[in-house]
Amino acid sequence: MTEQEIRDLFLNEINKVAPDIDPSDVSDDDHLQDDLELDSMDILSLVTALDARLGISIPEADYPQIETLTKAVRYLAGKLAG
Amino acid sequence: MPSLGADMEAGTLVEWLIKPGDEVHRGDVVAVVETQKGAIEIESFETGIVSELLANIGQTVPVGEELARFGTEDPVASAPAPEPLEAPAVVAKPHKATPQAPPIPTTDTRASPAARLAAQERGIDLSTIDGSGPDGAVVLADVEAQAQTTPTAPPTKGGLSEMRKAVAAAMVRSKREIPHFSVSHNIDTQHLSEWLSARNADRPPSERVLLGAAIVKATALALRSVKALNGHFAEDAFILSDEINIGVAIALRGGGLVAPALHQTDTMTLDEVMADMRDLVTRARAGRLRGSEMTRGTLTVSSLGEKGAEAMTGVIFPPQVALLAVGAPQIRPWVSGDTVVPREVTRFTLSADHRVCDGRQGSKFLTTLEDILSKPEEL
Repeated sequence: MTEQEIRDLFLNEINKVAPDIDPSDVSDDDHLQDDLELDSMDILSLVTALDARLGISIPEADYPQIETLTKAVRYLAGKLAG
Repeated sequence: MPSLGADMEAGTLVEWLIKPGDEVHRGDVVAVVETQKGAIEIESFETGIVSELLANIGQTVPVGEELARFGTEDPVASAPAPEPLEAPAVVAKPHKATPQAPPIPTTDTRASPAARLAAQERGIDLSTIDGSGPDGAVVLADVEAQAQTTPTAPPTKGGLSEMRKAVAAAMVRSKREIPHFSVSHNIDTQHLSEWLSARNADRPPSERVLLGAAIVKATALALRSVKALNGHFAEDAFILSDEINIGVAIALRGGGLVAPALHQTDTMTLDEVMADMRDLVTRARAGRLRGSEMTRGTLTVSSLGEKGAEAMTGVIFPPQVALLAVGAPQIRPWVSGDTVVPREVTRFTLSADHRVCDGRQGSKFLTTLEDILSKPEEL
């Protein structure tokens, strides 16, 4: 899976959790909670969806590593490569 | 038309899910009604065979008016479902005619509450929009995109959305009628958070439990010890509830707040509380909450989440008599034995109705809650 595909998938799942967030409006460094206003339930729903789509169960301790689009793509790409 | 909120006067019928001849059981979802707080699914109060539908799609029906009738025999063949609003609306006698609403811009289109309200305010037919949300649901962004090419209705008077008006009406009534007092208590929640982290570490995301679910469960258990906070105040009397149904305040994206309740929360396992909270949040944002969930709450928990401000004093949701506001956990100096150590501390603030209880009961509730939260293994 390319980084672009991971990026698109991540944005797509954000949009499913919060349909009012247009993927085209999400900047690379937007913080999921501080800027996009996802709450802890939203984050859990996002992580659950990523587990279902990619088979990656992100531990709670790693949540800071997916707190922005840039960080998430890097983290997920690393997990998929590993 | 059931009352789905303290200040609800009427609801607009969006969709019938039954027709004459259908067998309906008590608790079945029979219709969808648009309220100021979004679309709500209405459940039947009775079991029987539907003989007649009395309200039209798009019709605004006052609280207390009949929506449908049940019979013991087969439905009358000549009693079809009311015509859509395009035809002149006729309400069956002796049902009193009610003011006709403007055509509501949807029937059975799946849409988020924010999208429904935006479409209604702008006079846009939801069924003409291709939804981009889950399962094709229409979301706010879809409506806003459509609005670019659709003449818009005049802006809402005063600039308040219908949702914000509903929240305002309920809160004004609460502050006007209920003599609020509040009691606060700081509770060490570090052990609870560490216990949850350890518990979640071995679980897939779908089975993890959030701090909020543990607090909701603990609140329900604490209420067993302080029954004076659990019930409804109506017609100048406090009615204790036999059930403990914790309302969960859910902020809706796009604005607004709803507080559906978990039925008999104190009897649920922690995993069940978490699963039901996830379900409530999902359905609240999709506009698929049920009427009973909106009215059965006996005390509401409103949380600032796991990040943010330290404390909040909430306003009670009538006819309830208490609300527990939960601040975001903070690392604070904490006296432990003879030393001061940094600990995760959460401030709980109980707002309560002085007509039915006083500070002593509020204090007992919060110290009981502290005791329960100190032993998360027993939740």
